[in-house]
Amino acid sequence: MINIPSAVKISLRALRVNKMRSGLTMLGMIIGVTAVIAMLAVGGGAKSMIGNQIASMGSNLIIILPGASTSGGVRMSSGTTPTLSMKDAEAILKSCPAVADVAPGLGGVAQVVYRHQNWSTFVNGTTPSVLDIRDWSLSAGRPFTDQEVKTAATVALLGQMVVDNLFGDVDPVGQIVRIKGIPFQVIGVLAAKGQSIMGQDQDDTVFVPITTAQRKLFGTAFPGMVRAIAVKAKTEDALSDAEEQITQLLKQRHHIGPNQDADFSVRNLTSMMEAAQSAANTMTILLGAIASVSLLVGGIGIMNIMLVSVTERTREIGIRMAVGAKTWDIRLQFIIEAVILSLFGGTIGILVGSIGSKVTGYFIGWPMVISPLSVMLSFGFSALIGIFFGFYPAYKASLLNPIEALRYE
Amino acid sequence: MWALRPRKRPKPPDRRVCSKMALIQVDHITKVYDLGGVKVNALNDVSVTIEQKEFVAIMGPSGSGKSTFMNILGCLDQPSSGEYLLEGEAVSKLSGDQLAEIRNKRIGFVFQGFNLLSRTSAVENVELPMLYNGRPAKDRRERALLALKAVGLEGRDHHHPNQLSGGEQQRVAIARAIVNDSSIILADEPTGNLDTKTSFEIMNLFVRLNQESHITIVLVTHESDIAKFSQRIIRFLDGKIISDQAAPK
Repeated sequence: MINIPSAVKISLRALRVNKMRSGLTMLGMIIGVTAVIAMLAVGGGAKSMIGNQIASMGSNLIIILPGASTSGGVRMSSGTTPTLSMKDAEAILKSCPAVADVAPGLGGVAQVVYRHQNWSTFVNGTTPSVLDIRDWSLSAGRPFTDQEVKTAATVALLGQMVVDNLFGDVDPVGQIVRIKGIPFQVIGVLAAKGQSIMGQDQDDTVFVPITTAQRKLFGTAFPGMVRAIAVKAKTEDALSDAEEQITQLLKQRHHIGPNQDADFSVRNLTSMMEAAQSAANTMTILLGAIASVSLLVGGIGIMNIMLVSVTERTREIGIRMAVGAKTWDIRLQFIIEAVILSLFGGTIGILVGSIGSKVTGYFIGWPMVISPLSVMLSFGFSALIGIFFGFYPAYKASLLNPIEALRYE
Repeated sequence: MWALRPRKRPKPPDRRVCSKMALIQVDHITKVYDLGGVKVNALNDVSVTIEQKEFVAIMGPSGSGKSTFMNILGCLDQPSSGEYLLEGEAVSKLSGDQLAEIRNKRIGFVFQGFNLLSRTSAVENVELPMLYNGRPAKDRRERALLALKAVGLEGRDHHHPNQLSGGEQQRVAIARAIVNDSSIILADEPTGNLDTKTSFEIMNLFVRLNQESHITIVLVTHESDIAKFSQRIIRFLDGKIISDQAAPK
């Protein structure tokens, strides 16, 4: 049996003889692998974007919103009735075992003033637990305390965007800002988070104690009314349990019968995001599948050229057989030739695809993610294509009759 | 002069009763080709024995079956019936890969058209048979250079076939035939493409290999001048042997 290094040497020589032809054959593979790498990079980018948004939103998050009110048969939009209260939030934390933490919220748009600068932003009244629920850290200062919530203290945490617009180079911690004319002490700055999945800038916000928001900023019809309750489930698996328990509990607390519409709605944001992620996955697979069609075409190109090569080299095959080449010696030689073509093409394709998609991604502002898996997959796939499409020509070569092959002109 | 020759070859097992085993023993072989329903008898009941160290010339007009006979001797083809024993081994029962191994180790071919690989240097052409028996690369090169030296092509090892004359190309082919220590050289009109002077040079090389390295040589030729270099002449006509006698001196 011929040894592999010698066979590789013979194949390289044969490929060098027809440089143009080998190059064009490889081009098919290069284009195919480039397409696969680029498409997987686009899909990978989409996935990583969604992943980042999920992470920025907070994990295992459930949002409870007040339901739509019905007034004389006309159903109003969601959130029009003040049905959720601080007590609901406390009850959820106390009686739903699948819930780790809750943060009620009440907010509105307000003008924030610092010296001669002012900025309109969303002021969110909430409790300290919101930071944990939304996986949000502080870049400076401290969070507000339960005590400050109880006493409706006029303290505020500013989002990064608000800080940028009001303070410039000044350290905001300890400064006094006015919200709706009321002086608030800035006690901390929220770490930058970027855009949410809905496209809002999450850093354009101010957090104040919920009691302060209720009593001093956005007077409520009922004491203790909240606009939304954010809930963190204990684990990802507990999400649906938590959803169920919350619905049960609130129906009971709000005296809603089994056939009545609930006056609140429970939204499991994490599962929504996961759906988005699996959609991105499907897109990646689809793009990859389309791209791999061109890889298949590249493989057929290799087979085509190998068949021509076998016919052209009939006499050479005859000589090799006469001096003692066995069936697999001949097969191996042509298979190795095909694999070299496909692997060379594949490697160049991986390079072109990686660099190309990074450059394109930079210009169109899309995060291209080239995973090691997609690179290895393309490489392995190239080798497989070489073996698969090289086999038939090699098989044909090995079936030649040496006497006739030697006579071939 | 072929320095690598005195290597000990393990004797093949003696499966036959006869005390002295012939190198080539052909018993009543026939070869029938089916050409579109018409059966052609290329060989018709041919029996020949060739001993070791013989130098045999095979003559006959075109279509007399001598090429078919050579193909069978060279294990490139199988007879339709009859028995071919090579060093006592029944070749007709072997598979394609086993035949390839026999061609590799025991038989060297020399063709009229040289049949060298183009775009491949002389020394690499000579290395070719050794590629298929697992010799390490360094060993291969060493033996190939020695074989080239033995056929008088020392220093021309990196020339490609198109840079060599016909006689030199045939020498490369002979070097390729002996490089694996084959015991038989089968030459099919080896001087057919050469001028008279070069033909005689090549024939002298064959005679030397036969006498000094004791290689058995079976050679097909049309020319009685060439056949004279051999010891024995077998004539074919219509698929049959019509004469088998010592060569005139």
